[in-house]
Amino acid sequence: MPNAVTLSINGQPWRVPAESTVAAAVLLSGVTTFRRSVTGEARAPLCGMGICYECRVTVNGQAHARSCQIVCAEGMEVRTDA
Amino acid sequence: MPEQHATDLLIVGAGPAGIAAAVAAHDGKQRITILDDNPQPGGQIWRGEAQTPSDTAAAEWLKRVRATNAQFIHGARIFAQTDDGALLAEMTNGETLSLRYQKLILATGARERFLPFPGWTLPNVFGAGGLQALVKGGLSIAGKRVVVAGTGPLLLAVAAYLKKRGAAVLLLAEQAPFTKLIGFGLQVARSVSKFKQALELKGQLRGVPQRFDCWPLAAHGEGKLARVTLRQGARTFDLACDYLACGFHLVPNVELAALLGCAVRDGCVAVDEFQQSAVAGVYCAGESTGIGGVEVALIEGQIAGLAASDRHHDARPLFAARAKAQRFAGALNRAVALRDELKQLPQADTLVCRCEDVSFERLQTQPEWRAAKLHTRCGMGPCQGRVCGPAVEYLFGWQSASVRPPAFPASIGSLAQVAASSSSNSGD
Repeated sequence: MPNAVTLSINGQPWRVPAESTVAAAVLLSGVTTFRRSVTGEARAPLCGMGICYECRVTVNGQAHARSCQIVCAEGMEVRTDA
Repeated sequence: MPEQHATDLLIVGAGPAGIAAAVAAHDGKQRITILDDNPQPGGQIWRGEAQTPSDTAAAEWLKRVRATNAQFIHGARIFAQTDDGALLAEMTNGETLSLRYQKLILATGARERFLPFPGWTLPNVFGAGGLQALVKGGLSIAGKRVVVAGTGPLLLAVAAYLKKRGAAVLLLAEQAPFTKLIGFGLQVARSVSKFKQALELKGQLRGVPQRFDCWPLAAHGEGKLARVTLRQGARTFDLACDYLACGFHLVPNVELAALLGCAVRDGCVAVDEFQQSAVAGVYCAGESTGIGGVEVALIEGQIAGLAASDRHHDARPLFAARAKAQRFAGALNRAVALRDELKQLPQADTLVCRCEDVSFERLQTQPEWRAAKLHTRCGMGPCQGRVCGPAVEYLFGWQSASVRPPAFPASIGSLAQVAASSSSNSGD
């Protein structure tokens, strides 16, 4: 994979094309649940453009990061909340 | 202290309208800044075109804007106004940016309208544009079975794009009746360029089954989507699929304009012939003044850019083209108007507000939007009603209430800057 970066998703290393968004990387890793709703439902991205807040994950310790608007970077640590 | 940025003309939104505004406003003298919350220019429609251009208009306009002195700031989202000509933005990295400007052009675009139906909160049910954005963001769609459903021209573009990237598009379901779209089609046929575009799209969609008068009734699956139930006429049928891409046309993003005091009429920012809003020196262009597509956005952006640079005489020649493009958009919007049957989609336990998990049943007993917010917390979550607001407007006819700062959920650190900036401005 030319121009790839390696990030960690829930502790597992994942190599994705540079310029990928974190949301795409999480989906590529096979994780479909990004967060749990207030009543415990599994949720994942809806809008892909930063308005629905359904794609929230923890990125480098920063909680509630909107993964669809963040570009993957080398060594980034991503944790889904589910 | 937050980082400071001062400019003559601040353009919010790096989509077609914002880019066209910057190109038109460029005179080599005034400082121009384009701010966007996305990591790249292009907005939703030209997303990804900055890296690998495939759209000639996008490539041309991006080249033109790069030849100006406009400075791009990406990953920044405005959440508060601290004074006239002073705004605060939060950066993706959590830092705050303080912005000062002389003139402001809002080109904040549109979002998809989502309608609640059973199962719409399941993972792998995306907005139509939402799935396209994720694929443009690196998600592989090759070999995936996708159902595209809802209404509007975005569905065609999304289905064609996903097919080109190797998806098996099982069905394109458009809720509007074919007879309504025929009338619009005749109008398309009268415009040579539109007709050419339509034919191109038809070619790209070869092999994709299309149904009209057809819409999703429910999405099913354990923890994630497995199949979709659709309805066409009296008949219902199921399709097993990996993804459902579902959107019901577009809604203007007017929240920031409303926060700054611009008048909003019928869900769109009200502007004069020079695209100036009710607030002097604040202009608005593109989808937030009404859903019109890329052509309207480019013309309105140029008019706004020229007017904001006091070159009104140069803007006038663009008025006729704007009127023509807006007429076309009006016809399209009427052709894809939502049918009443879609109001029957939510069941009692279907969630309408995804942030606060508020069911349809709980909203049915509420008299209006404000009461619903107070009693059920509908629209009070992180999206601040951007998803459920247009849905409840359609389902119950509730008009959205006023916008309050912060326009987006902001960190405590950012909120502290509002207080600090406001008090220093007032001299306290």
